[in-house]
Amino acid sequence: MFSRKWFAAVAVGALMVAGQALAADKKVVAVSIPAADHGWTAGVVYHAQAAAKEINAAFPDVEVVVKTSPSAADQVSALEDLSASRKLDALVILPYTSEELTQPVKAIKDMGTFITVVDRGLTDASIQDLYLAGDNIAVGANTAKFMIDKLGGKGDIVVLRGIPTVIDDERIKGFQDTIKGTGIQVLDIQYAHWNSDEAFKLMQDYLAKYPHIDAVWANDDDMLLGVLEAVKQSGRTDIKLALGGNGMKDIVKKVIDGDAVTPVETPYPPSMIKTAVYMTVANLIGQAPVRGHVKLDAPLITQANAKEYYFPDSPF
Amino acid sequence: MTVLTQSAPARTERQYQFSWADAGPFLALVALLALGFLVNPDFLSVTNLSNVITRSAYVAIIAVGATFVISSGGLDLSVGSMVAFIAGITIMFMNMMAPSLGLWAIPAGMAIAVVTGLLCGLANGVIVTVGKIEPFIATLGTMGIFRALITYMTNGGTIPIDKSLREAYRPVYFGTLGGIPIPILISAIVAVLGAFVLYKTKYGRRCAAVGANEDVARYSGISVIKTRTIAYVIQGACVAIAAICYVPRLGAATPTTGQLWELQVITAVVIGGTALRGGKGRIWGTIAGAVILELIANLMVLSDFVSEYLVAAVQGVIIIIAMLVQRFSK
Repeated sequence: MFSRKWFAAVAVGALMVAGQALAADKKVVAVSIPAADHGWTAGVVYHAQAAAKEINAAFPDVEVVVKTSPSAADQVSALEDLSASRKLDALVILPYTSEELTQPVKAIKDMGTFITVVDRGLTDASIQDLYLAGDNIAVGANTAKFMIDKLGGKGDIVVLRGIPTVIDDERIKGFQDTIKGTGIQVLDIQYAHWNSDEAFKLMQDYLAKYPHIDAVWANDDDMLLGVLEAVKQSGRTDIKLALGGNGMKDIVKKVIDGDAVTPVETPYPPSMIKTAVYMTVANLIGQAPVRGHVKLDAPLITQANAKEYYFPDSPF
Repeated sequence: MTVLTQSAPARTERQYQFSWADAGPFLALVALLALGFLVNPDFLSVTNLSNVITRSAYVAIIAVGATFVISSGGLDLSVGSMVAFIAGITIMFMNMMAPSLGLWAIPAGMAIAVVTGLLCGLANGVIVTVGKIEPFIATLGTMGIFRALITYMTNGGTIPIDKSLREAYRPVYFGTLGGIPIPILISAIVAVLGAFVLYKTKYGRRCAAVGANEDVARYSGISVIKTRTIAYVIQGACVAIAAICYVPRLGAATPTTGQLWELQVITAVVIGGTALRGGKGRIWGTIAGAVILELIANLMVLSDFVSEYLVAAVQGVIIIIAMLVQRFSK
């Protein structure tokens, strides 16, 4: 029994040494991201894999490895596995949680690896060489600006918010700070947990409660899908705008098609992982300095620029 | 109102006492409707009530099945992810068949949904009975499996139904028959069938007997394995029917479809007067329980005095009060 185990271990070890020898002159970029468990993370997985494929094909000297993990604990183990067998030249990570991942990422940093952190920061910002994220405050603020413009500075609106988190709070804050002092009045704001079914129910209730609603803002596109279905069922025509946020392909498609109720979209694009991978690789092989803090804005997606944000093959 | 019933002299008579116990969930329902009307008169508008009862149809239909499982002494935590899994399979099948079958893809997909549901239920049942694994653990396992399968099938995103089928299938959720929304009719039919089987057939009595005391049931010649397995199969069929009504609402299945529905289902069953430890099933109470749950959520939005942060807490309090109303009306 034991001898067989030893034999297997030696065989595997030999293979790994051989593999390492082959890959020795390649620069390795590990990408560690959460597994797809809802639309946005599914988009992250899609764009990370697309980036890996494109870069591996374009640069023979670089190998991008994507590893998805279903939980914070799994992500910690994945980091150990990734760094145990070979030296990583760079790590691009979208951490599951800030607290649990900070130490494991630091351990990898100490081995001389370039660290790129995406979206969710670590508790110790000195670990990262490059930090790249979207702007949740701008998601709320830009949506609000459009709404104020379109409604002529006054109107009654209802808001659906997501899961109580920093992301949700920032979007709501950006929105509320922008409408402050205008004639836009928020009739109601409730949690629908970024879930289309809950949003459908909540919108039905809003419609029952308020005989006149000028506009709806769901701070995520999954929820917007439920909202649109509830509005459609009610047959109400007072709702002039129903806006979302995130950049889901179904909603971007509506913008492309010139939908009257959803004419714009604000991105918090999962493709930011791709941006981060490309920048990291640029630093590795192109000697293009990228160290720093990058914040992707949330520019309004309109019919004019929607194609840039439309990924028909992505699951999100 | 409930105070009145308590002080009624009928309390001494066993016959009446029993019927009041059964009426518990309905009293809670009436009390909730009255409270709702006081909070916001729009609450009792036809549109609002029809929306809310239609919405409660999924949980009600699944909970009818859960009444069988729970009264036979089992538990099924997998129903929420099973809805998502069956909805995913159904949509994929319909989309695949749409080019060749046209609109006939819809009934074909429904048939696939039922078959899948029966198989999923059978799997749960066999693991619990033949495998002799605690229902809580066994169905916790299948819950993870179904959830992972739907996530895999969708790549974490969405499986939307084919555009050519969308409009034709839509009425199954949004349509009405004689003014009554179709999901309400479907849940009524499921409840009538469920009540008939549970109260009027030999199987129904066996179900309660097995739940009340497994050993006694076995000594009286009842096959415990068969009885419990059938309860899980019934549960699977109910989940499939719920999935059939679910798909046309948003026209898609996602990894978050049906999340935590298992808890709502169990709550509905227990509010309805079914004992969680088995031995007693109350189909109509279950239906009332499902409607109560949805009404509470609706009431939270229609009322203005609950902060959005405290909604879940108030819901919890109302559920507990509803249970107390039921307990003291005995």
